[in-house]
Formats: sequence, structure tokens, C-alpha cells
Amino acid sequence: MYFQRNFRWQEIPLHLYPVLYFFFVFTADEEDTVIDSDGRQERAKDKERKKERDRKRRRNVARRASSARKEGKELEDRPEREERRGRKKRDKEGKGKGKGGEDERQEEVKNDTVAKIQKNFSNENTRKLEQKEMEVVGEEDGDTEGKRKNGRSKKDEKKEDKEKHESSEEEEDEEEKEGEEKPDVLSPEELEKLKEEVDERKKLISTLRGKPWPMRKKLLTLRESHEFVEKYEGALGKGKSRKLTVICYRDFENFKTACVPWEMKIKEIESHFGSSVASYFIFLRWMYGINMILFGLTFGLVMVPEALMGRPYGSMPRKTVPRADEANAMDFAVLWDFGGYAQYSVLFYGYYNSQRAIGWLKFRMPLSYFLVGVGTVAYSYMVVIRTMARNANEDGGGDNNSFNFSWKMFTSWDYLIGNPETADNKFASITTSFKEAILEEQESRKDDNIHLTRFLRVLANFLVLCCLAGSGYLIYFVVRRSQKFALEGLESHSWWERNEVNMVMSLLGMFCPMLFDVISALENYHPRIALQWQLGRIFALFLGNLYTFIIALMDEINLKREEEEVLKLNMTIWEASLYNGTLGANSTAPPITVHPADIPRGPCWETMVGQEFVRLIVSDTMTTYITLLIGDFLRAVLVRFLNYCWCWDLEAGFPSYSEFDVSGNVLGLIFNQGMIWMGAFYAPCLPALNVLRLHVSMYLQCWAVMCCNVPQERVFKASGSNNFYMAMLLVILFLSTLPAIYTIVTIPPSFDCGPFSGKSRMFDVIQETLESDFPAWFGKVFSYASNPGLVLPFLLLMVLAIYYLQSTSKSYKQANLELKKKLQTQNEENKKKTKMAAQKAAMDLEEAQNARSESPRQQRNNNASQQSYRGEKNTVAFI
Amino acid sequence: MGTTASQLRKDLLSEYQELTFLTKQEIILAHKRFSELLSKEDRNLPTPRVPMEKVLSLPELKSNPFRKRICHVFSTSDMKDGSLTFEDFLDLLSAFSDSATLEIKSHYAFRIFDFDDDGTLDGGDLEKLVNCLTGETDDTRLTTEEMRQLISNILEESDIDKDGTVNLSEFQHVISRSPDFVSSFKIVL
Repeated sequence: MYFQRNFRWQEIPLHLYPVLYFFFVFTADEEDTVIDSDGRQERAKDKERKKERDRKRRRNVARRASSARKEGKELEDRPEREERRGRKKRDKEGKGKGKGGEDERQEEVKNDTVAKIQKNFSNENTRKLEQKEMEVVGEEDGDTEGKRKNGRSKKDEKKEDKEKHESSEEEEDEEEKEGEEKPDVLSPEELEKLKEEVDERKKLISTLRGKPWPMRKKLLTLRESHEFVEKYEGALGKGKSRKLTVICYRDFENFKTACVPWEMKIKEIESHFGSSVASYFIFLRWMYGINMILFGLTFGLVMVPEALMGRPYGSMPRKTVPRADEANAMDFAVLWDFGGYAQYSVLFYGYYNSQRAIGWLKFRMPLSYFLVGVGTVAYSYMVVIRTMARNANEDGGGDNNSFNFSWKMFTSWDYLIGNPETADNKFASITTSFKEAILEEQESRKDDNIHLTRFLRVLANFLVLCCLAGSGYLIYFVVRRSQKFALEGLESHSWWERNEVNMVMSLLGMFCPMLFDVISALENYHPRIALQWQLGRIFALFLGNLYTFIIALMDEINLKREEEEVLKLNMTIWEASLYNGTLGANSTAPPITVHPADIPRGPCWETMVGQEFVRLIVSDTMTTYITLLIGDFLRAVLVRFLNYCWCWDLEAGFPSYSEFDVSGNVLGLIFNQGMIWMGAFYAPCLPALNVLRLHVSMYLQCWAVMCCNVPQERVFKASGSNNFYMAMLLVILFLSTLPAIYTIVTIPPSFDCGPFSGKSRMFDVIQETLESDFPAWFGKVFSYASNPGLVLPFLLLMVLAIYYLQSTSKSYKQANLELKKKLQTQNEENKKKTKMAAQKAAMDLEEAQNARSESPRQQRNNNASQQSYRGEKNTVAFI
Repeated sequence: MGTTASQLRKDLLSEYQELTFLTKQEIILAHKRFSELLSKEDRNLPTPRVPMEKVLSLPELKSNPFRKRICHVFSTSDMKDGSLTFEDFLDLLSAFSDSATLEIKSHYAFRIFDFDDDGTLDGGDLEKLVNCLTGETDDTRLTTEEMRQLISNILEESDIDKDGTVNLSEFQHVISRSPDFVSSFKIVL
């Protein structure tokens, strides 16, 4: 018997040991009681007999095991079960026979124990497997659960190929049950039950794809469930409309995925460079989508209506090129600067007429212009915040650093990598990250020269600040100079002097990050922290530059407005002189028509701002493309071909190929978007331009990455910084809408250009619409609603709501933490309890063994029992 | 599939759509790629299998250190040779697709990392896993001391019930909090 146990030992997987251990304790006790109740001499005989039987059984088992391997378990266990049942029967009969049958009965008991052991083994085994499967499969629907109980006896037969067998058999079972439930006459209860079952099936169908089964099983279950649902749904009086909607929905989903552009391109990059580089392109695509919508808004609601229904070109001064510029209004140089005909077109603010309603549609142009401007900003905020919230959700609460090593281990491989070179880099980076983590764990790094590092860091930050201040001053200086040039007239200056501002800004944006990179080498930070510093500095640089630019622009706006005041005065004089001149000649003459090109006009600061932004965008785009061509493509070509005749290895040595700079590119994209948001109100063409730029960027950068960049040495994960970029975008959005909104609210619009001319403020258009287009009561309600007495309490309420939500979320977090702690302590306690129980059981067993070994007749069994004892010790260790 | 290798039956296609996280286009593409892997004589079989070597030659799997494990996990072959039928292949792509849930991804990840198929990640599994992640070359390998340290750290973190191994629920517990797992556990054709 012990031998048999030992034989079984090797077959059982490790994780079953604890369960088996209890079983052993149990059977051992049982045996001991048997021994105590019998006389010792009988026992000796028994032992001999038993030994012989054991030998037989061993042979039997061995034979059976081999056959089982060949034919599967079912064949093996069935006869045995039969035998067992028979034995039990005989057992019962034997009870009646009294003392005379005692000996025989004893044998039977022994036999029975053996059988029980086997049965229990298989039972435990299957139960364990079942549990495992249950864990895996999760909650199966209720009726299979029931079937499980029915099929319990059957389960004994299944071992190795459990899953397959079970699935098929269960399906059979289900089919059988279906057959039983054929609805001839249904009682309400049955109907209810059936309904439930149908619902369960439906649920099963919808969750089937999330189950880790092999496809064949899923297919079978699906077909079977479909059949079931179809069969009974009709009986229950439900239509098939749901199926149709499911199909429609699926087709729509298919259509949606088919509409996502550049999927293949991004996938190719993903496989070559890993997910971090690809994340840039995904971000680019996302930006493209947003800009498409912004473009659609401005194009559909502002530009097209004005072009189609507004007054045509040349009908009024704001829509005509002034006489002085007419000669070279079509020159390419002028158009490239967005002057001439480009300036007097739908592309800019100044072209729009202040006529309240245009065309036969009575389209409210100024209102539409204003609302589109506001809508652009509102939509951008909504999208960015929604994306951020979704990303934050996906983070899953971010359990900070408690699983540092495990994450490194289980999630560091990027399964998208399909390029051997990238894979090698990834291997190297994973190894270093492991080593770093181990080092950090071993010693909380002791810096031997902390003063030097500190000094260097302070120095580095000082240098960076100097850089920032210098670049800010440079931009301010250049913008002021350009204003001086503009006053003197552009023709007298060279190309460089005319384009100084944009060029300086682009060049600063190009070279300062390199400088920062050099400076950051001083600091000796961990690369991840260094990257964050670098990003923060570039961010500060861009932001500083942008704001200096805006401040300079503000100065210019003020200059223009002064100019406007002077001009307004001149206009009246001019008109009066015109009037007087004609009046003198003929008092009844028809009103003189002056060609609109000849009428003097104001400087129109809005168009000027729009132009500045458009120029900035264009020059920025150009610099990006040119650096791409020179920095990446030309470098790659030189390295590739000069390598044949050079004194050192160019590919491996100094210039080498460039890496794709994900963070820099993302930052560039973000700032570009910031400029779009800032300038879009004054130049409706900006979103269109940006769409164009992003489109070209996509192709150009994809090509450049694939043909002239090498995979990064340090492959950073993308997703972790996703929200970091989004947060930057949000900050930029806020900072860029701030000046735009400031100008809209505080500066009065020009008197003779744009949709709001003649009004004291741009937002007066709302007031006007309310007064003239809505019934009187609406205006009243609105004026009440906008009363500070009402607005302030409302604001207060919102603040309170925010505070309340914040505090509840905090308390939830706290509760979460506490629950987690509780769970952990409970787990530990449970473990302790089981351990204690196991130890106690082991003690009992030992005592029993000792008691048994006292008797000399049991010496021959000692060897075997010790073996099993050792095995049990093992189980204790495993627990 | 009872149909010819170049064509997918429509009803099957819709069933596959329902059973996987893949879209119609992806299934068709997968079928195309799978048919390319099949040899001429295999195409006429009712359920053709692609041997593991051929599956591993796919560029998407070529550089993956777990490629053999992936094949073994998704294979339904009785011979345990890692060969894949089209349905196994779809299972694979579905688990690695963009829209698959965290649960299914972590389940398969666990089975991939469970090198000896015993249902838990023990020291041996973890060691093999580390070796897979650090590559085959000697200069990237960890020393035995580092390896021991690493594995003990990992067990300390994620072995909640302290039985010396990481089981599925512990594994999922760890994985579900990771920010990168879902985005990097992806294979796209």
C-alpha cells in the first residue's frame, strides 16, 4: 500500500501536495483505529496478506498506468469503479455475518481503503483541476454549474485531457438537457426558468470572446448557444431585431477601423522601432484628427459662407487690395508673406464683413465667426481633458512602485518589436534596467562627492536660465527691430531682415535643446529624470519664446491702434474734402463713386496678428522639414557613402545615423498646436494650414524614420509618458487661449475691417443677436441669468461641488488602501492558520508512527513508512 | 475549414468576428497570411496545420524571445509540437490584438511565462523568463548572484501567499496595475 502511494507520488503535480497531505493524515488515522481494534496476531497475518495483495496491485497499477497512457484514463478507471461498488455491497453484507466474518471483513476494509485512496486521489485531482479551470474560465453560466454536479461521477474518469473532454461532454450534457426541456406545455415557472436560461446564453455569447478557450470549444459553444437562443426566443416571443442591431453594430465597427488612416504605416514603424516611436505617430494622427475637425468647423461655417454668400472681392475697401500695393500684390514674394491678394481674402479676419446676415440663407456671419472661435477652444479643451481622463483610467490607479521588479520582469518586453536590431537594443536595455534596479535595491546609493554634484547641478540650472533669458531677449529685440523695419517699409530691407523674427525663433528652437543636452551632461542624473528635466527645459524655452513674441505683438497692436486713431481723424478730413470738392462743382451731382482701392483704411491689427501667426507656422514647418532633410537624410547619405573612403568607421563611430527624437518631436507638435489655437481666431486659414502640415509631416517623417534613423539605444516606454504629453498639451492650450481671449475681450475691434467692425467689443455680437433675433423674454431671462448676483453663487456652488468630489475621491482612495491592507493581513493569517494545522497534523502523524514502530512486528514496514513520511515532510515544507 | 484555402466562408467569418477581438479586415488579412504559410499539399486538408518553424518565420514573431512559448500555448495540437491551425492562429492574434481585455491578455501572458506548464511561476520559470528577456549573448546575461537577487525580489513583491511561486491570480494582480502591459502586449499583422 505504501509502495503504491509512493508510486502515485511521482504522478501528482506539485501544487496538489498540500491537499494530498490532509488526505494522508486522514487515512493514516483511519488505519490506526483499525489496527487498535484488532488483535495483534490477526494483524500480522493481515500484513502478510496485504503485502501480497499490494504486490499484485502494484503490478496491476503499473500495467494500468501504462495502458492509461496509451488509451486514456476512462478505460482504466471504469472497471475499478465497478469493482469498488461491488466491494461496498459485499461489505454491507459482511456486516451481518458477525465475528466469524471479521477476518474477511478486515480485508475488505483494507481493500476499501485502497480503493478510497484511489478514489480520493482522483477526486482531489479532478477537483483541483476543476478549481484551476474555474479560476481560468471564470464564472460559467449557471446551468453548466448544475451539470457539473450531475456529471460528478463521470468526472472521476477525466484526468489529463480534462478540458477537451469536459467541454465536449458538457456540450453533450447540455444537449441532453435541451432535449428534456422541449416545450410542450410550459408552466409559468418553467417559462421563467427558460427565460433566465436564454438570457444566460445571451450573456455567454457576448462574453465568449473574452474567454481563454481554444477556438474549437468557443465555436461549439457559440453555435450551440445560438441554436438554443434561436429555438427558445421565438417561443418566448422575442424578435430577432437584436441580432440585426448586433450585425449593424459590428459592421459599423469594421467600417470605423477601416477609416483609421495610416494604420499600416504605423504598424510597420512599430515593428521596427517599438512602441515609443510609434506613439509619436499615433499622437500625430490624433492631432491630425483634431485639426481636421477644427478645420471643418472654420471651413464649413466661416470661410465657405463668406466666400459664397458674402460680398464679392472688390466691392468694399476691406475686400480690395489698396492702390499702393496693387502693382505687386500678385508677386510670389508678397504672397509667400501672406500679403497682397492673400491678405485680402477669406484667409484673414480683415476680409469679413460686418453685415449681420448674408445671402439668401440669412446666414448670421459675425455671430457664426464668434461662435466658431469659441467652439474651437471649447472643443479642444473637451477633447484634451477627455483623453486625459481616459488615459488616467487606463493607468489602473497606478500602484506606484510596489511592483517595481515584477513589472520590469513581466511587462518590459514590447511584443510589437519585429526588427532584430531593435530587439537587441531592447535586450540590452532590459538587462541594464535589471542591473540598475538590483544595484539600487542593494544600496541606497551613497554619493561620495555630494557637494560636487550639487554644485554642478546648480551651475547647470544657472546656465539653462541664462540660455532662456538670452533667447527671450533676442526674440524681443528682433521683434522690435522688425517693427522698426516695417515702419520704414519692407522694400528697403534684405530677405533676412524681413524674416528675422521667424528665423530667429525657429533657430532658437533648434539649437537651444542641443545646448540643454550638453548642459544636462553636467548634472549626472538618472536618464529618466534627465529626460524629464530636458523636456521641462525645452518646454520653458518654447513657452518663453512664444510669450515674448506675444508681448512684442501686443506692443505692435497698441502702435497700430494709435495709428488707427490718427487715421480715423484723417478719414473724416478726407471725406469732408471729397464732399466739399464735389459740392463746389455741382450741387445736384450723383454721389461720387470712389473706387474702393482708393479709400484710405485703417491698419487692421487683427489681420496683422493673423499674418504673424501664419508666417510663424510656415517658417516653423519649413525649418522642421529642412532639418529633417539635412539632419537625418543628408547625414545618413553621407555616413553611408563616405564610409567607403574614410579613416574611421562612420557608421559605428562619431556621426553615425541619427536616432528618432520622440520627446523633441512631440514637444514641437504640441507647440505648433498652441500657435494654431492662439492664432486661429484672427486667421481662419490656420487649421487648414496645420492639417496640410501634419499630413505632409506624416508621410515625410514616416519615410525619414524608416530610411535614415536607427532604433534608439534606450528604448523608452511610451504609454507611461502619455499623460505627461497630454498634460503639456493642456497647459499649452490654456496658455495659448489666454492671450487670444484677452485680446478678444479687452481690445476694441478695428473700425473698418472684420466681422465685428463698428462694435465697441467683439462679444457684443451676442448681445445684438439676443436683442434682434430672439423674443424679448429670452433676452430678459438671459440678462437675469448673467446678473452677477446669480453668476457668483453659481460659481461658488461649482467650487463647492469640486471640493466635495475631491474630498470623496480622497476618502475612497483611503478606503481602498485600507481594504488592501486588510486583504493582505487576512491572507497572511490564513496562511498561518493552514501552516499551524499542517504542523499539528504532522505532529500527530509522527506520534502515530512512533507508537507503531514500538511494535517489532511492524519493522518490515518501516522502510516504506519512512519513505512516505519523508514525502509528507515534503508536503509540509511546501505548505 | 472545409472550404478552399483562399476563401473564408461567410458564416464562419461572422462567427470568428464574434469570438475574437479582431475586425473583419484583420481576420481576412490573418487568413491570407496563414494561407501563405501553408505548403501546397497541406491546403487540401480539412484542418491544415502550420508547423512551428514556419510560424516562427513570420516577421512579427521573428525577434520575439517568447516565440516558441507563444506557439506552444496557442497550439491545440495533440503532438505538442507547437503547430497552429488557422483557428489557433486567430486565437493568438485575438489575444494579442489591440482591443483584447486585460484579463485575457494577462491569462495568456501567464501561460506564456509558465515554461513548464505546471500552472504556477516558480523559480525555474522566472529564471528562464529572465534569460529570455536579457537575450542570448553572454554580455547581457545576469550573473547567478544577480539572478538570485532578482528572483527573490520578484517573489517578495508578487508572491502574496508566500508559497514560493506566483500563481495566476497573483500574476493578474500584479499585471493589472502595470501601466504598460496592455500597450506592449500586442502583436499586429
